[in-house]
Amino acid sequence: MAPEVAVQEAPSQPTTRRIVNDFSIQVATVNGSGSQTANLVLLRSIFRMGIPVSGKNLFPSNIAGLPTWYTIRANRDGYIARKQDIDFLVAMNAQTAQEDVVSLGPGAAVVYDEPLNLATLRDDLTFYPVPFDKLVAGVCRDAKLRRLVRNMIYDGVLASLLKIDRAEMERALEKQLGRKPKAVALNREALDVGFAYAEQHFEKRDPYLVEPMDATAGQVLIDGNAAAAIGAMMAGVTVVTWYPITPSSSLCETLIDYLRQHRIDKDSGKATFAVVQAEDEIAAIGMAIGAGWAGARSMTSTSGPGVSLMSEFAGLGHYAEVPAVIFDVQRVGPSTGLPTRTAQGDVLSTAFLSHGDTRHMMLFPSSVEECYTMAIEAFDLAERFQTPVFVMTDLDLGMNTWMSQPFRYPEKPLDRGKVLDAETLDRIGKFGRYRDVDGDGIPYRSVPGDSMPAYFCRGSGHNEWAQYSERPDDYRKNIDRLRSKLETARNWLPAPVVTINRKASIGVIAYGTTHWAVVESRDQLVNEEDVQTSYYRVCAYPFRDALTSFVERHDRVYVIEQNRDAQMLSLMKLDLAPELAGRLRSVLHYSGHPIDARTITESILIQEGYRVETTRAEPSDVPQSAGVGGE
Amino acid sequence: MATVGTPPAGKGKVNRIGLASQEYRGTKTTLCAGCGHNAISERIIHACFEMGIDPDRVVKLSGIGCSSKSPAYFLGSAHGFNAVHGRMPSVGTGAMLANRRLVAVGVSGDGDTGAIGIGQFVHLMRRNLPIIYIIEDNGCYGLTKGQFSPTADLGSTLKTGVVNDLPPIDTCALAIELGASFVARSFSGDKKQLSAVLKAALSHRGTAMLDVLSPCVTFNDHEGSTKSYAYAKSHDDPLGELDFVPYFEEIDVDYEPGTTHEVSLHDGSTLYLTKLAEDYDPRNKLQAMSVLQETRSRGTFATGLIYVEPTKPDFIEMLNLVDEPLAFLPQERVRPPEPVLEAIMDDLR
Repeated sequence: MAPEVAVQEAPSQPTTRRIVNDFSIQVATVNGSGSQTANLVLLRSIFRMGIPVSGKNLFPSNIAGLPTWYTIRANRDGYIARKQDIDFLVAMNAQTAQEDVVSLGPGAAVVYDEPLNLATLRDDLTFYPVPFDKLVAGVCRDAKLRRLVRNMIYDGVLASLLKIDRAEMERALEKQLGRKPKAVALNREALDVGFAYAEQHFEKRDPYLVEPMDATAGQVLIDGNAAAAIGAMMAGVTVVTWYPITPSSSLCETLIDYLRQHRIDKDSGKATFAVVQAEDEIAAIGMAIGAGWAGARSMTSTSGPGVSLMSEFAGLGHYAEVPAVIFDVQRVGPSTGLPTRTAQGDVLSTAFLSHGDTRHMMLFPSSVEECYTMAIEAFDLAERFQTPVFVMTDLDLGMNTWMSQPFRYPEKPLDRGKVLDAETLDRIGKFGRYRDVDGDGIPYRSVPGDSMPAYFCRGSGHNEWAQYSERPDDYRKNIDRLRSKLETARNWLPAPVVTINRKASIGVIAYGTTHWAVVESRDQLVNEEDVQTSYYRVCAYPFRDALTSFVERHDRVYVIEQNRDAQMLSLMKLDLAPELAGRLRSVLHYSGHPIDARTITESILIQEGYRVETTRAEPSDVPQSAGVGGE
Repeated sequence: MATVGTPPAGKGKVNRIGLASQEYRGTKTTLCAGCGHNAISERIIHACFEMGIDPDRVVKLSGIGCSSKSPAYFLGSAHGFNAVHGRMPSVGTGAMLANRRLVAVGVSGDGDTGAIGIGQFVHLMRRNLPIIYIIEDNGCYGLTKGQFSPTADLGSTLKTGVVNDLPPIDTCALAIELGASFVARSFSGDKKQLSAVLKAALSHRGTAMLDVLSPCVTFNDHEGSTKSYAYAKSHDDPLGELDFVPYFEEIDVDYEPGTTHEVSLHDGSTLYLTKLAEDYDPRNKLQAMSVLQETRSRGTFATGLIYVEPTKPDFIEMLNLVDEPLAFLPQERVRPPEPVLEAIMDDLR
């Protein structure tokens, strides 16, 4: 299935060059024009042909009218990170069409709305003009519906040009619009019209093609927010309190849908869960903390600006030792910020969210599957360690569509942690809410209404019997125990995923969505310059001791992340001995777009002293040459 | 605080669930001698004892301030949560979601409610969560040495002579407007009325908002203050006598026909209100709002049960939760079986 690269020919001529299952399509539309259905149908039909895909929606903070771009990457090798170059543009938006075309690399293909008259802009691209309005008028009499159906025509055109299986496309359409037979019929007609037009009018002059593969069998397509929602439901969440914020809203909204379907008691018709849309994020976490204290499995989900508001309660949860799960779907903030753009920008502030010596547990899912598994784990950890646990995803993971192996049913039973019962009370003698009975820093807790001895819950001013105390020895003893609890947690938290390459003198460290670009970049480094690397993927904070041994093994270690100030690297410097911390360097990406492999490859090569001609990147994609913490 | 409530030896009179009033006490107060808040704690102890409330089912909640320290001083064997400033409503809401069988008693202050906590207060009232929400109202911030709070009256002065030139927030009017289903105002110095109001609040299901004037003897008890003990006593304008008859007692009151309003409460208890010259019915929202305005314009404050809507659906009821506390549901009721996950996965292919 290797691409057969023939002689480079002028793009205006029919090409014999074939690039199979390795390209990216960008669809440029106007926000609110109903392009999502057409884009998902396109994505799913390629996916169902067995080709690895990813779909990323680059959208504005707007309901209707502003430009939006949807990018589908198909890649036979399974690389599904963002790719800088667009190979196939569908230009539907007059507002951005010219700029979209100008920014393409030579050899790209453009399907465009005929009146936009784009073909004169460049002579190194392949243009396919389509009279969308004329075509849609033939399909749909209702002017209101035309706007929605119009987009399906480009799916038909692409099916013809890229050789996408039309049967798969129709199945994908039925899946998307399932319960609306009229809409399915109308859209199918639009598909046919687009396909027929392309077949009749276009000669294939670009090299991009889809051919069936077998790399996606059994897999699913899902976004990270929905995956986390399924995880939360399977974790037995009982109290969900939230406040809408992009890009986390769909996590709770999807969860509500699933809970209504699967968590209504069959006999009574009543809910085994409570969902409250709170008045703000402070109330959302306050309710989660109140519910966690009273024995529920509680959660909230939010993004950076919401996390800031949750700060005081998060600290109270830490000191009063109350379980709760907080999903932070990271984005660019504060205030409006860039609410629809991705970032890994809350790492440092969340680790120490609130005052005093607060330190929080964080989990870093890289994939939709980990959004699911880590959601389940987060509830167990929150109750085991009686503390707020943060699940740090981001917009790219949360709101974009990823392929994944189907999620596995959890094997482990729920871990409700050290909840006092009569037997335990007998064994330990007297109940002291904050007494370290077992030497692991984790005390026993009772829950209102459980008939066990009660206690008075408050912040940090208490002794081990939960009595108010301002005594220096009581305070110190308590916060030392909190530290030992975190030490215990290190080995309970999800282990890092480490790949040691014995030939490598350099290591890379990444977390979250950065992982996908790292996978691709490590291959680029080997294939292009024979630069061997080992890889340490962080899955949780506090870090395991394995971090130290990984850094010890390598001369230089690149920490790759999507923020300006090397936040994860900074956390690592706090844990590592100074001579090891000195080995850490940074690869940083912070444009609001998901990181891509080329950015990483170039940055590492430059820092390793290679001469690199940097790619035609957006200004903010220019690699950071100066490493933080270099020797 | 003792973590296990051990009954004192040779306990005297016990209530209907066999507990002595001693068992409704908490730790020794650390508030100033003579503080109105201590008198309110005494009334809470008394009301819970007389109503036979099981401390095991009670959660005491508070924010920050002098008032918010007081839950430590009553019902020592009940769970308590001293939350963050102004945010007790959310913690109380979470607790009630987790366990609908709990009896939530929240204690806040006028700063904790009217200033930093006004947002959560507003939404708590809207939801009509089952909770007793007591504002121990002294018109000032005691714990930070006497600054004005948002319930301080126009023209009231600080000890230093500073005059308050902003109008007060009337928490009762606000609560009624927002949807609280039981709204009362009382005075820490009126034992009889406060007891009746508290017992009625314990019998109610929904948000019972009690604004209790509670003079700060250290920072706001001087001449010129409208929240001093003397001022409160002389401007208290009761809306008639309150007589509370719990559901577990025989009704042996005998009123002249037409002289009382009889209000049936959620648990079957009854509240009798003697009618004044003006026929005041606390089930009439319009009348409730107008009596608050009228008394304020006269420079007095109406006390007693101001508004009640005994059958209004509460927040927990509206959520259609299972009868058992969510907190104690076993795994098989909260983790859907494997075929559910398989079906979801199938749908995503």
